[in-house]
Amino acid sequence: MSGLLAPLTAAEWTIIQLSLKVALVATLASLPFGVAVAYLLSRKRFPGLWLVDALVHLPLVLPPVVTGYALLVIFGRKGVVGQTLESCCGLVFAFRWSGAALAAAVMAFPLLVRAIRLSFDAIDLRLEEASATLGASPFWRFITVTLPLAWPGILGGTIIGFAKALGEFGATITFVANIPGETETLPLAIYAQTQIPGGEAVALRLTLIAVVIAFAAIAASQLLRDYTKRGHALP
Amino acid sequence: MKLDVDITIRRGASPITVRFTLEETVAGLYGPSGVGKTTTLQVIAGLLSPDAGHVRLGNRTLTEVATKVFVPAHRRRIGYVFQEGRLFPHFSVAGNLNYGRRFSPTPLDDSQRDAVIDLLGIGHLLKRWPLTLSGGEKQRVAIGRALIAGPQLLLLDEPLASLDEGRKDEMLPFFRRLCQDSGVPIVYVSHDRRELDAIGAAVVPLAPAAHM
Repeated sequence: MSGLLAPLTAAEWTIIQLSLKVALVATLASLPFGVAVAYLLSRKRFPGLWLVDALVHLPLVLPPVVTGYALLVIFGRKGVVGQTLESCCGLVFAFRWSGAALAAAVMAFPLLVRAIRLSFDAIDLRLEEASATLGASPFWRFITVTLPLAWPGILGGTIIGFAKALGEFGATITFVANIPGETETLPLAIYAQTQIPGGEAVALRLTLIAVVIAFAAIAASQLLRDYTKRGHALP
Repeated sequence: MKLDVDITIRRGASPITVRFTLEETVAGLYGPSGVGKTTTLQVIAGLLSPDAGHVRLGNRTLTEVATKVFVPAHRRRIGYVFQEGRLFPHFSVAGNLNYGRRFSPTPLDDSQRDAVIDLLGIGHLLKRWPLTLSGGEKQRVAIGRALIAGPQLLLLDEPLASLDEGRKDEMLPFFRRLCQDSGVPIVYVSHDRRELDAIGAAVVPLAPAAHM
């Protein structure tokens, strides 16, 4: 059994790399949808809006195991969507790392959307009006005014989403199980280690790694924010 | 360029009807607060739809409720200087001034732009951020931003309202020169008759709607 500060073993590297891959893919792939849904919820009024709002927030209030099971039913190899995706595009989620990313993305989505939506809510609509009188179409208003002004919220939402994706446990283990090298992310590995006699030391090492990654993510977001904020009057 | 406005807006209990035509280079919409001056500008700019009536500029119908014509604001080519300036906080002064050029079919070229910057006396502010500007500086940048997009009509909504008396007297010569030299027809809204006289505007009084 390695000591607390011994170099990382190959197995630990695999877990770290897989965790980062799953969390990064989950966050980056859901970001465009998150921005779109946040914009929809912040600006548009239509019948059925409450349903979109409820669906987005469902994973936040449901037990993660329920979300994971729902994903299994829908995206499993015999699920409605899962079957279609496999036959048309060869895309399989069940018991694959991509399934872990999907579970992480679904669980992180409400947090992502909430943070971005708040920043859209805070934008002074009169600035968009000014942009319109200067000849900018709705698309260019969004690109040149709305998006840059919402940038701090988008960045914050991305970091929160990434953190949530990195820590996702219940939905992941229910949907894609704990397969070393394929779906065994940090939280799953820590849990697994605590279940076997003498696994505490490894669990503790993995826990420290999780803390380091979390700090790195927060520091990176601060640096990025400070860098883009220089000279600007962003909130 | 002739501006023809005949609009009715239902706001609260009593509807507001505003009807005027302008041929003059500089027209001053004048009336007490709450009479619908800003609302009228918003309708002309296409930021608001009236409940009835029309807005025509030159030979273009911009709004006509009866025939459901409504040209969106970004296709009207009407510059609007808001009471509060509304500069983009994430662009420098130069970025704000150039903003409309990339969208306009008839933006000012570099030398015309520099002439506007000279006229407004804002050449030394180009690298500054809007947050660091005084009220008068903000208003001049906002006017420059609207002009540099090359509008066919310029709307000024109480551009001096947020300034104290001393600043107002400083700004009035700018407006007088602007109205004479910009070559763009201007609608200038104010509740202060002296301001309109000082810039030489043809005054269009707006009266509160008669209660029936």
